[in-house]
Amino acid sequence: MIALLTRDLRLALRAGGGFGLGLAFFLILAVLVPLGVGPEPATLAVIAPGILWVGALLACLLSLDRIFALDYEDGSLDLLATAPVPLEAVVSIKALAHWLTTGLPLVLISPVMGLLLFLPGEAYLWLILSLLLGTPALSVIGTFGAALTVGLKRGGLLLSLLVLPLYIPTLVFGAEVVARGAQGLSTATPLALLAGLTLGAVALLPFASALVLRINLR
Amino acid sequence: MLRVHNLACARGGLPLLEGVSFALAPGQALVLRGPNGCGKTTLLRCVAGLQPALAGQIAAPPDSIAYAAHADGIKSTLTVAENLEFWAAIYGTAGIAKALERMNLKALSTRAAQNLSAGQKRRLGLARLMVTGRPVWVLDEPTVSLDHASVALFGDVVRAHLAGGGMALMATHIDLGLPEAEILDLAPFKAQMPQPGSGAFDEAFL
Repeated sequence: MIALLTRDLRLALRAGGGFGLGLAFFLILAVLVPLGVGPEPATLAVIAPGILWVGALLACLLSLDRIFALDYEDGSLDLLATAPVPLEAVVSIKALAHWLTTGLPLVLISPVMGLLLFLPGEAYLWLILSLLLGTPALSVIGTFGAALTVGLKRGGLLLSLLVLPLYIPTLVFGAEVVARGAQGLSTATPLALLAGLTLGAVALLPFASALVLRINLR
Repeated sequence: MLRVHNLACARGGLPLLEGVSFALAPGQALVLRGPNGCGKTTLLRCVAGLQPALAGQIAAPPDSIAYAAHADGIKSTLTVAENLEFWAAIYGTAGIAKALERMNLKALSTRAAQNLSAGQKRRLGLARLMVTGRPVWVLDEPTVSLDHASVALFGDVVRAHLAGGGMALMATHIDLGLPEAEILDLAPFKAQMPQPGSGAFDEAFL
């Protein structure tokens, strides 16, 4: 189990592993938005929560198809499926590895991005908290989508189409937490819903992912 | 003991094989032969548990099968030793030194797998079998891209595995130097194609 996690992290960090792809995308977005919208701090402060959350979501989406596609191509997915590790655990570990290499760096770098977008001072805590709570759901849902489309050549488009609607609740509640935090309002309700979504996804989706993976490997 | 009884299996919705029966006792090897496309790989995938059988039973002790497919499952950015250590950890066995030694990979152990030749990669893929510690080896064309010396090397490894009470079920066209291995020709087990107009409902729409 730990071996699979360390292998995936090692692969992501070595050349061509795709670590940093999401981060770079996030950074580019945060730099480009003020250029496109105009450098008005008041305008940027209003749209910053939404932009930051959409950016995090799209950055996650970028690296989803790598979760299983590489293992499928070189045959290790077949071998993992016949190994004495439950496929549910494999799927969960893959999601965790994806979160550690994509979600967590996004969370850590988000205050800097907030600075670029003139995010109001009181919102930073909520930005970090909401991303910390919400990005695991993005990884777990994305792993499910990747399991559904594994084996399809150029399955990336289908993957985005499948996964984006499932991302909407997380996006809505996540951005709502930050927006309410920026206005100094109570964030308890969206925060609880966001946490509920993540916990539900983490608890249920690995079983669905393992099931579709088994079917796709036939 | 691996026992396959009256097995039928399909690929892509088409039945390929039916009525295949065989049994493997500890120390035995069975070589599957047959023309390309006759269902050797499909049969092996069924036995390995990757796809369900259409009919029939496969009886094997739990957690006894190690499967080696056409693809070796090697991560190109990891070194040879890292690749093997990963599988050893997954299968909960310790020590990759013996596998490296036996498959003549010792000198290559710190090299990244992307810099290996096709034959060296294959040797690494076969070394993985030794770290699984499982008694039943299910091998799909294990000797592809191996040179003569490596084929002989692998033949010795399989023989040692059999001598230790292991079993091997393999699809191969090459003589591994295992005269004791039984040979099963799959051609006679070819499944009958469903007859057109045999009452299938969607026949009318095709």
